[in-house]
Amino acid sequence: MTQKLNLPPRVAEKDLADLYKQMWQIRFFEEKVDEFFAKGMIHGTTHLAVGQEASAVGSIAVLEDRDKITSTHRGHGHCIAKGAEVNGMMAELFGRTTGYCKGKGGSMHIADVEKGNLGANGIVGGGFAIATGAALTSQMKKEGFVVLCFFGDGASNEGSFHEAINLASIWKLPVVFICENNQYGMSGPAKEMMNVGNVAQRAESYGIPGKVVDGNDIFDVMNGVGEAVDRARNGEGPSIVEAKTYRWKGHSKSDAKKYRTREEEKEWRLKDPIERMRLILVVEGLLTEEEAEKIKADAKEEVEGSVDFAANSPHPTLDDLMEDIYA
Amino acid sequence: MRELTYLEAVREAMSQEMRQNEDVFILGEDIGVYGGAFGVTRGMIEEFGPERIRNTPISEAAISGTAVGAALTGMRPILELQFSDFITIAMDNMVNQAAKIRYMYGGKGKVPMVLRTPAGSGTGAAAQHSQSLEAWMTHIPGLKVVQPSTAYDAKGLLKAAIDDDNPVIFYEHKLCYKTKSDVPEESYSIPLGKADVKREGKDATIVATAIMVHRSLEAAAELEKEGISVEVIDPRTLVPLDTETIIESVKKTSRLVVVHEAVKRGGFGGEIASVIAESEAFDYLDAPIKRLGGKAVPIPYNPELEKAAIPGVDDIINAVKETVNRL
Repeated sequence: MTQKLNLPPRVAEKDLADLYKQMWQIRFFEEKVDEFFAKGMIHGTTHLAVGQEASAVGSIAVLEDRDKITSTHRGHGHCIAKGAEVNGMMAELFGRTTGYCKGKGGSMHIADVEKGNLGANGIVGGGFAIATGAALTSQMKKEGFVVLCFFGDGASNEGSFHEAINLASIWKLPVVFICENNQYGMSGPAKEMMNVGNVAQRAESYGIPGKVVDGNDIFDVMNGVGEAVDRARNGEGPSIVEAKTYRWKGHSKSDAKKYRTREEEKEWRLKDPIERMRLILVVEGLLTEEEAEKIKADAKEEVEGSVDFAANSPHPTLDDLMEDIYA
Repeated sequence: MRELTYLEAVREAMSQEMRQNEDVFILGEDIGVYGGAFGVTRGMIEEFGPERIRNTPISEAAISGTAVGAALTGMRPILELQFSDFITIAMDNMVNQAAKIRYMYGGKGKVPMVLRTPAGSGTGAAAQHSQSLEAWMTHIPGLKVVQPSTAYDAKGLLKAAIDDDNPVIFYEHKLCYKTKSDVPEESYSIPLGKADVKREGKDATIVATAIMVHRSLEAAAELEKEGISVEVIDPRTLVPLDTETIIESVKKTSRLVVVHEAVKRGGFGGEIASVIAESEAFDYLDAPIKRLGGKAVPIPYNPELEKAAIPGVDDIINAVKETVNRL
C-alpha cells in the first residue's frame, strides 16, 4: 500500500490514530490540571504545554521503546507520549502514593526510568548533561538506544547547554536535543534574550546539524526528529531540532501574561496542532469525522477516569516521609 | 605488609574495581596521558584505554551531569574534579540532580556515582584552589560525604563508595597524597559510617578530619610527654556519621576538641559539637567543647599567612590543655 503522507520510516499510517489520541490525552490532561489548580483542588505549581502537543508527540513517535528521554518542567506531554499512564500522573499531582513518584515529586518531577523517561526537571537546562550521560551509557555498553533531550528556548541560554552539547558532539553520542521554542522563557521573549533568530543556528558552533521545524505540524516534527534520531542511531552523533511553537497558557499557574498581546495568542490558537492533524487525517481519508470524534471522546474519558483514580488513591502516611532516603 | 602512598592507594582501589566491573569508568579533565592534576590516574589510560579513562573538556557542569545520566542508566562513573573548589560549577548536578533523584522519583532510579576531588590548603595555590567545602555537601540530604586521612582508609573507603548505589563525594586531601601506610594488596571495603579510633586515650577526645588527623596525632604525641592522654577519632565519613563512637569516647574522657581545616564558621565541627550537646555524653563533659577550624578568610598565598589561616599542631595542643586544665 502506498503511503499518502510523507512519514519517517518508524511511523506507519496505521499509527497515526494513536498519535492523534495522545495529543488529545495531553490536551485534556492539562486542561483538567489547569482547572484543578484554578479551583485550588491541587496545590503547588504546574507548567502547561497546551498548544505544544505536536512537538512532544511527534518527537517521541519516531523512537523505539528502548530509547530514552529527558523532559522539562513543562513535561506532561513528554510523559504521556513516552507511554506514561494518565492515572499515575494525575495521582502524582494529587500527591497520592499511586503516583509515579509516590506523591513526592509532583508535576515537575514525573519520571518512569524503567520505561525510558529519565524524568522531568525543575532546573531549567538540567536535562542537557543527564541526557548526554545516558547517551554515553548507550555508547559504552553498545545498547543502541537514542536519547531525546527536550528543552525550551530559555534553557538554551544556560551554560549547561553549551557544555553538554559540546561534550556530546566530540564524543558523537546518540542524543538529539529538541528545542521546543514556545517563544517565551517565563516572561522573557526569545527574541530579546538571544541575538540569533533560531536556537538551531547554534548547532553550527558544535559542528552538528541544526534544523528548524514547524512545531505545530506533527508531520514536520516527525520527519525532522526522525532524521536526527536515525543519524544518532547510526553513530553519527547529536543534532539540534528546533520546533517553533507556542504555549497557550501562562508560564505557570500565576501568570497575568502582561508580556504578550491577546492578538498574538489568538493568532497561535488558529495554528492548533491537534486540529491541524485532524484535518489532514480526515482530508487524506485516514480517519472519518466520526472516528476522530470517537478518539477525542475516548481520550477525554480516560482523563476523567484518572481523576477518579487519583481522588480514590491513598495519601502517603507520615511514615513514608523518610522512605527512599539513604543519606 | 607493603606500604603505599595515599595517592597510590586511591589509584589501586579504582584499578581493582575497574578490572572487576566493566561498568566502572573514570571521567575528568586531564586524567588521560597527563595522569590527572595530581597524578592519581597516572598509568591508568595505558591499562584501561581512553574509553574508560575518559578525558573531558573543561566543563565541570557537563561532566558532573553526564556522570549523573550515565549512573542513572546503568554505569558506575567515577568523576574526578581537579580541585574541590570547582565543585561550585558542578554543584547544580550534585545538589539538585544526583542527591534528589532517588527520593524525588519515589525510589525508582538510582545514581551510583563517586565524585573524587582533592581539597585543602598547604600547596600555595591560594584562594580558589585550597578550600575545604565539605560542610556544604553534608548539608544536602542524598549525598554521602567521605574524607579519608590515611592510605589504608582511602583504599577501603573508595571501594565502598564505588560499590554504593548512591552518590558519594570523596574528598582527598592534597597533603595526604604522599603519606604512607600499610595497605593490603587485595581489595577490601571499609563501611561508610564507621569511625576509626586512631589513638586511644583517657583525658580528652579529639575528633579530627583529613590532614587534621595527622596534626592531632602529632599533638597527642607531644601531650603524652606532659602526661596528658588523648584519644584521636577520625570519623572518616561525615555522612553517614558514626555518632556512637564519638559519644562513647566523650563519655570516657569527658572532654572534646573538634578540629578541621575548613572554616570554623558553619563548619562540620559545629555538627559534631551538637551531637555531643544533644547526647547523654553532655552530662559527662567536664569542660566546654572546643572547636578549632580555619579562620574566616580566603586562603592566602603567602606561606606564613597560609599556615596561620588553619589550625596547627600548637593550636591543637593549646586547645587540649585548656580543656584538660579547666576544672
